Amino acid sequence: MTAYRGKYADELIANAAYIATPGKGILAADESTGTIGKRFAGINVENVEENRRALRELLFTTPGALQYLSGVILFEETLYQKTADGKPFVDVLKEGGVLPGIKVDKGVVELAGTNGETTTQGLDNLGQRCAQYYAAGARFAKWRAVLKIGPTEPSPLSILENANGLARYAIICQENGLVPIVEPEILVDGPHDIDKCAEVSERVLAAVYKSLNDHHVLLEGTLLKPNMVTPGSESKKVANEVIAEYTVRTLQRTVPPAVPGIMFLSGGQSEEEATLNLNAMNKLQTKKPWTLSFSYGRALQQSTLKAWGGKPENVQKAQAVFLARAKANSEATLGKYTGGAGGADASESLHVKDYKHKVMAADAPIEGPVVRKAMVA
Amino acid sequence: MALTSLVKLNATSSQFIAQNPFNQRRRSPSLLATRRFSLPIRASSSSYADELVKTAKSIASPGRGILAIDESNATCGKRLASIGLDNTEAHRQAYRQLLLTTPGLGEYISGAILFEETLYQSTTDGKKFVDCLRDENIVPGIKVDKGLSPLPGSNNESWCQGLDGLASRSAEYYKQGARFAKWRTVVSVPCGPSALAVKEAAWGLARYAAISQDNGLVPIVEPEILLDGDHSIDRTLEVAERVWAEVFYYLAQSNVLFEGILLKPSMVTPGAEHKEKASPETIAEYTLTMLRRRVPPAVPGIMFLSGGQSEVEATLNLNAMNQSPNPWHVSFSYARALQNSVLKTWQGRPENIEAAQKALLIRAKANSLAQLGRYSAKGESEEAKKGMFVKGYTY
Repeated sequence: MTAYRGKYADELIANAAYIATPGKGILAADESTGTIGKRFAGINVENVEENRRALRELLFTTPGALQYLSGVILFEETLYQKTADGKPFVDVLKEGGVLPGIKVDKGVVELAGTNGETTTQGLDNLGQRCAQYYAAGARFAKWRAVLKIGPTEPSPLSILENANGLARYAIICQENGLVPIVEPEILVDGPHDIDKCAEVSERVLAAVYKSLNDHHVLLEGTLLKPNMVTPGSESKKVANEVIAEYTVRTLQRTVPPAVPGIMFLSGGQSEEEATLNLNAMNKLQTKKPWTLSFSYGRALQQSTLKAWGGKPENVQKAQAVFLARAKANSEATLGKYTGGAGGADASESLHVKDYKHKVMAADAPIEGPVVRKAMVA
Repeated sequence: MALTSLVKLNATSSQFIAQNPFNQRRRSPSLLATRRFSLPIRASSSSYADELVKTAKSIASPGRGILAIDESNATCGKRLASIGLDNTEAHRQAYRQLLLTTPGLGEYISGAILFEETLYQSTTDGKKFVDCLRDENIVPGIKVDKGLSPLPGSNNESWCQGLDGLASRSAEYYKQGARFAKWRTVVSVPCGPSALAVKEAAWGLARYAAISQDNGLVPIVEPEILLDGDHSIDRTLEVAERVWAEVFYYLAQSNVLFEGILLKPSMVTPGAEHKEKASPETIAEYTLTMLRRRVPPAVPGIMFLSGGQSEVEATLNLNAMNQSPNPWHVSFSYARALQNSVLKTWQGRPENIEAAQKALLIRAKANSLAQLGRYSAKGESEEAKKGMFVKGYTY
């Protein structure tokens, strides 16, 4: 069997290509309830639904920001939320030319017999959930697999298992009209050097694409969300140009040109670092048949959160900060960023050692509503 | 995996080990215990890495492609027989000399694949063939596989042999002046292909590629999906995608340096006995779709085999593939599709040599233009349009 050619094929190809439009990128605003709680704790804001809604409204209604975005990844709760005026967020985004996306994985659990390696959950009923999300307006999805570098990691089991999970998720999404963002994040934690990161990234990406191909995923209707190739968090830093060269070389060796866009995760880099690295990649004179862009969470929101502090009177100020970061990253996708947007705050490292979105015990109940009826306006 | 038996050291390789230190990637036994978990960086520490990348780039240069003249003695015999000549070394030497001393060949040809006998031959004036090629900036290459055999446990399919002693042979070929190698395995659509046959083809290619690079030769990776069969172009696409996914996965596992390889795929076409022929535009569309889905941009060049297409067909199809920029050099590695007219013109007579060389240049130039996307079929001879498909063709 060749790749998926079902009823959504043309739409998937068009949407993936649109998300990969040069000059645009993705805002990852899909923090789970638990994770956003950590963000709020850092700015002394109570983790209640109204505050979560208010933050996302701040971001999505920033004047002039949506032109720099092609997609926003949402958490399930947010997909059904509205502005204070009662306008559904998905409509705000769509009118701004931004495709709504949805996080569909259900977090990681440990793989028995490994040294703390994980697999990602969420395949049960995924088709049904995707269909519902599509009906609610989502047009792309995201699933985060996590691997780590260590003396015996990533193990062949972890690579096989995570690659398979990503491929199953991807084809199920496509069958239900959602462009799957394929995210095999190799954590930056560790004392390893950039060569080690490159070697592991190549190995993981080769396995991921083998799996996608075996599962008949339509590559033209997917996007990749990889880590950049960098030294480990406990290793000496290197210049943006070095990161750019290593990263693009790794991608040249592993990502077929059929994939329209590569939207990097920021993984703990400061806002400015994440932008500078992306910019350096887009300035490289070398073969790059895919768009190189961003899918940033912390690296787009950190300063904005600080400026907001949960207070309505700070909304305009916070929106200005967000606009500056969105614009900076847009320029970086074109290799035109000249640096300095956002000042000192933007250079604050966002790395948290051993960062976990959520690691669940294998028998913990899956949180949150599995299927939620679409809200009627 | 059946191949494990092929990797036993034989007398020749132990001799080689004694004479030449292995490349830097080898570690001493005391480090093996920890080395098990620390995989080598992909070939970047190979002493030949830079040269491999340079050679591959040179072969994949704009407006140029490969002249494949690596027919085994038996196959060359068939060619000579078709123009009434006996299969003697003198005749084979004369024929290859005609081809390799064609003035100006290097304008259109970047590499020439030779059979082992030819690699060691010279012109009647005593000039080594490899030197003739060098002077024209044509990289000499060498066929290193040892042909196809029936694959046990498969559905009447074949596998390609040649890994035994390949390292030392490759090193010798490098010494003689070869800088790239070629290994041709086949996949049959009517026979399945079976998962076993696909896995074996891909695994053999990966092992050959790693060994070649270790010894300074750029490996041309050739899993030919045979034209035989009545299958549709959609079926060919399915099989091609399957085969190349497997090939690249094993190449990656074998730590092959992708910037230092070339591919030699078959184009994606309907089977020879399929009721509908496909236009060059359709063939281009299907073939490019397959390549875009399977070939990482790090690979510098894709040199198509002609596999029984007529000279003109092969050129038209290549031209259709080059109507817009591709992330890799898309070119040709043709044998029959470059040599057919040459043989017919030569007929074995010395007085025809000049005309035969002109015929080679005409074909080489046509394919050069096709590589640049600027070929037109106006003025092509009828001979050049004759199909060359032979059912059940064995190399």
